[in-house]
Amino acid sequence: MARDSGGGAEQKRRPPGKQDAEQEATQASADITEKGEELKEELDALLDEIDDVLEENAEEFVKQYVQKGGQ
Amino acid sequence: MAITKVMGIETEYGITVPGAPDSNPVLASSLLVNAFSGRGRKVRWDYEEESPLRDARGFEAAREPETPAEDDLGLANVILTNGARYYVDHAHPEYSSPECLDPRTLVAYDKAGERILAESARRAAELAPGGRRIQVYKNNTDGKGTSYGTHENFLVDRATPFARIVRDLTPFLVSRQVFAGAGSLVRDHHDGSVSYQIAQRSQFFEVEVGLETTLKRPIINTRDEPHADPERYRRLHVIIGDANMNEVATFLKTGSLAIVLMLIEDGAIPGDEWQLANPVQALRAIAKDPELRTTVERRDGRRLTACEVQWHYLDAAKAYLKDRETSHWHAEVLERWEAVLTQLEEDPAKAGRTVDWVTKYQLMQQIAKRDGLDLQDAKLALVDLQYHDVRIDRGLYHRLAAAGRVERLVAEQEIVRATSEPPDDTRAFFRGRCLAKYAPQIAAAGWDAIIFDIGRETLQRVPMLEPTRGTAAHTAAVLDASPTAEDLIRNLQS
Repeated sequence: MARDSGGGAEQKRRPPGKQDAEQEATQASADITEKGEELKEELDALLDEIDDVLEENAEEFVKQYVQKGGQ
Repeated sequence: MAITKVMGIETEYGITVPGAPDSNPVLASSLLVNAFSGRGRKVRWDYEEESPLRDARGFEAAREPETPAEDDLGLANVILTNGARYYVDHAHPEYSSPECLDPRTLVAYDKAGERILAESARRAAELAPGGRRIQVYKNNTDGKGTSYGTHENFLVDRATPFARIVRDLTPFLVSRQVFAGAGSLVRDHHDGSVSYQIAQRSQFFEVEVGLETTLKRPIINTRDEPHADPERYRRLHVIIGDANMNEVATFLKTGSLAIVLMLIEDGAIPGDEWQLANPVQALRAIAKDPELRTTVERRDGRRLTACEVQWHYLDAAKAYLKDRETSHWHAEVLERWEAVLTQLEEDPAKAGRTVDWVTKYQLMQQIAKRDGLDLQDAKLALVDLQYHDVRIDRGLYHRLAAAGRVERLVAEQEIVRATSEPPDDTRAFFRGRCLAKYAPQIAAAGWDAIIFDIGRETLQRVPMLEPTRGTAAHTAAVLDASPTAEDLIRNLQS
């Protein structure tokens, strides 16, 4: 995203074809960003869900998980 | 010619009673097994063919090398209608899957074990309303220096020299953890620092070959207890694996090992130059590196990554299977094996949908990043543990699966079916069906026999020394034609 946003002044000197391509690229990049934000939202929602199911008092819970040896 | 690979997985589950750290784990394990097996007549386990002290190298241990099962005697120990054994072993509830003929079926029965443990805990809580709840984890360490096992079993040709198995299998088992490890946080005893290792069990192995399973654990275990015709078969008892939550990981670790054993039986692995200089050291070094860049030394001095060792086996397996009549699952194992090694070499993060240690590590990193935690934080230790919680609504693996973040292999209805119905292509079919139909007349049963008490002067023992017999094709008709155990014995004898 950062790569495309700084090129405004230069764009005017470029031939139209190149500009179209540039616009397409910007659009594609915006799509990717949108997709990326969606993924991030999904991940955040998942992490929130995991917070909800995690045992309370992590330290105490883990401390009490003591097993006898097995095979 | 390699023999048919009958296979199974036994898992000792971790248990805890939140709020009651001093509760007796043997009692809690028994409660779970009894809660599941219910009030009906429980069929006793038949110990006659058990000889855990017999060594594959040809001798019998002179004395008990480990704590005997003394305090386990008289504890819950039952056979289920799906052909599995469910019992208390070393203060853990243990589920031993029925014998399966292919890794996909084995995945279904391994996952069925998780569902059975979850259901056991639910029923146990119902039996003691208001009481403490038992929680169950499919993992292999408590993070405090204790380990408990997940063992795989494979039927191997007795004619294959054991020394060849040791030579050709060791590098495979040492490096398999790159896709089979379940990962765990490990605290350094000296400086208290915490790091992430790719496998839970690797840090607990101390020797290359041996009979013991609870002390000085060996990479290759020599227990020679075939539970089948001892003239023809061995049961290779693989004690080095982690318990996997991911279905693809279980499929791949057992499928690849089964194929490697076929290669070994047929002498198709060029062995000697692939020997590792120090297998135990290599096992631990590989476990400590989630980047998978660590190299381990071969006897000839060359250094290779664990993935490179695995490529060697995969290439040998491809060449071996190319001109052979193969089973339907062989091609899928080769494809998945290649795919996962490719991903792991490019970037281990790419294997997050199929490899447990990667999935769990990514989750920890995401939580650590969002909450600004370091690996020392108790919350991440809890994530490390709760990933393995068998409850569908609380286990973190299960939450990730529900969110579509891991790849699944078996439909849930197949898993549910596998909690009560036996596989139909091994002797487990006969065992499971007999249990379902004639339990009141069964005095005891084991892997290789069922003992009926049909009111005659002597008990009637039906041996099942051939694991590939007693299938639906062999026995469904006689079972259908036998409304009672008396009918069955008469029909089998005629």
